[in-house]
Amino acid sequence: MHKLLRNRKLHLGGTTLALLVLPFVTDLLFGRGWVRIEDFALLYIMLALGLNIVVGFAGLLDLGYVAFFAVGAYTYALLASPQLGLHLPFWIILPAGALLAGFFGALLGAPTLKLRGDYLAIVTLGFGEIIRIFLNNLNAPVNITNGAQGISQVDAMRIGDFSLGRNQELFGFAIPSVHLHYYLFLLFTLLVIFVTARLQDSRIGRAWVAIREDEVAAEAMGINTRNIKLLAFVMGASFGGISGGLFAGFQGFVSPESFSLMESIMILCMVVLGGMGNIAGVVLGGIILVVLPEVFRNGAGPLQQWLFGKVFIDPESMRMLMFGVALIVVMLWRPAGLWPSTRRQRELEATGDAAEQDTVYDSGR
Amino acid sequence: MPQNRTLCMTQADNPLLQLLGIHKHFGGLLALTDVTLSIRQGEIYGLIGPNGAGKTTLFNILTGLYQLDGGTFNFNGNTYSRCKPHVLAEAGIARTFQNIRLFPNMTAQENVMVGRHLRTQNGIWAALRRHPAARREEKESAQRASELLQFVGIHRSPQTLAKNLSYGEQRRLEIARALATDPLLLALDEPAAGMNATETADLKRLLHTIRNQGITVLLIEHDVKLIMDLCDRIAVLNYGRKIAEGMPEEVRSNPEVIAAYLGGNPA
Repeated sequence: MHKLLRNRKLHLGGTTLALLVLPFVTDLLFGRGWVRIEDFALLYIMLALGLNIVVGFAGLLDLGYVAFFAVGAYTYALLASPQLGLHLPFWIILPAGALLAGFFGALLGAPTLKLRGDYLAIVTLGFGEIIRIFLNNLNAPVNITNGAQGISQVDAMRIGDFSLGRNQELFGFAIPSVHLHYYLFLLFTLLVIFVTARLQDSRIGRAWVAIREDEVAAEAMGINTRNIKLLAFVMGASFGGISGGLFAGFQGFVSPESFSLMESIMILCMVVLGGMGNIAGVVLGGIILVVLPEVFRNGAGPLQQWLFGKVFIDPESMRMLMFGVALIVVMLWRPAGLWPSTRRQRELEATGDAAEQDTVYDSGR
Repeated sequence: MPQNRTLCMTQADNPLLQLLGIHKHFGGLLALTDVTLSIRQGEIYGLIGPNGAGKTTLFNILTGLYQLDGGTFNFNGNTYSRCKPHVLAEAGIARTFQNIRLFPNMTAQENVMVGRHLRTQNGIWAALRRHPAARREEKESAQRASELLQFVGIHRSPQTLAKNLSYGEQRRLEIARALATDPLLLALDEPAAGMNATETADLKRLLHTIRNQGITVLLIEHDVKLIMDLCDRIAVLNYGRKIAEGMPEEVRSNPEVIAAYLGGNPA
């Protein structure tokens, strides 16, 4: 037991250190562009974890999830840019974006409560498109979203004079802006993981899974399926809203084309490819689907040049080709995802107080 | 005890369950016609009849999966109409299903813990903070689930996924899950279907124990011997109508019942 505990601490320490130095190492080895990719990976992990609550836990197939990302991003962009002349601080806007996204989650959830499977997928798909098209067209008669041109000059996130939009000097170290964003996103990602992990192993989490497994039986056992499903939609949506706000502050620019159906599908792929319902799997799915395409984008050209002395296939098309092949292979060989959810093999709490400690919970397994 | 906080119930009086002139139709098909029956506190009440007689339809009405088209449904002093399943579960009616409906990818323990859902409070905050009260409730749920698994005899495999349990175990797990809701009335839809003689004997003992704990049992079953041995009173449905009701001996010798269901020559 003691040895186990020490190991756990060692693991935790090692992981923390690795996560902290990651942007610097990446910067040194591969260049700053890759730190930016890591930032995006973190944003997508948050999105994937949010969608995982809806799809992975509660089993409600949502094909319009990117709408909540858009709501969060536009909330941020509208409240902190010259577009409406507002410049609110980000620690007000982010929660506001999460709340608004949550509200939209309920708005989507309420009319679709009786729909299942394919039918729900079609309605959510429509919802995602409606939001995007609204954003695209809300420039007339009153210009709110600036239409297809999007909103630019969005304020960077800042606390007092400390802006994440500029490179900063800390303890004599120069820390670039992308690195600063990395740390902020990492913090939020860990928060989202914590919330998801705790919910998963709770009365609410069990109710979600019960609905996924058999909605009629769940109802008959006394679960108020309406409330519990709405809760899943709202929770999932609010994660999307947070991620969207962070995205807007990081990019400094938002436009409707970032929120296409393809994005929803990518996020869904992260959940499914990684392992639906398993937090670690979903995180892995997010990393793979952000990083691998970039590897192809940057690597496929030079590799062909080196192998054949000529670029045969355009790296951009190569990227989508490989992505498609990878999806098919994974779904054929590991239909439950790369890192599927093995139900917790928790010991019966026969040993009494020993079971009180938090360590019985292990999201990694 | 159930609280009077839903609009779909009003005060009424005893017995535990009272159905008066229940009607249910699906399009032109009359599934139940003028069915009246009452179940007393603490008895084992059997519901028999040929396939398609309306037994499961009646169960679905009792548990809120179907809404009745006519008649009155009184339970434990309240009248119910157009109530959602979770309201009836909270009122104290728990059921099992004819074709087992467990949560296949949850463990046996978790299946039973889902049954505790409506008798526990923990919400999102409790889940996030895990304060002592929340942990206590969670621990009590787990403990209660273990006891119930023990009670139905699946305690050796609490962490097995429900789908990996044997058929008989799955049937018993459904009973444990229903018991976890602290029911006043336990409605079992063909619990002995597909069981061998030993398993049926175990089930019989189990149902006796459940009744002795003060839980009223309503039983649909095709195993006539089991029904006759176990039940205090029996009702017989045929084509959506109640054709007989009474003690097992009375029902067994009722010519109409013999013609419709039991078969053979009237004694």
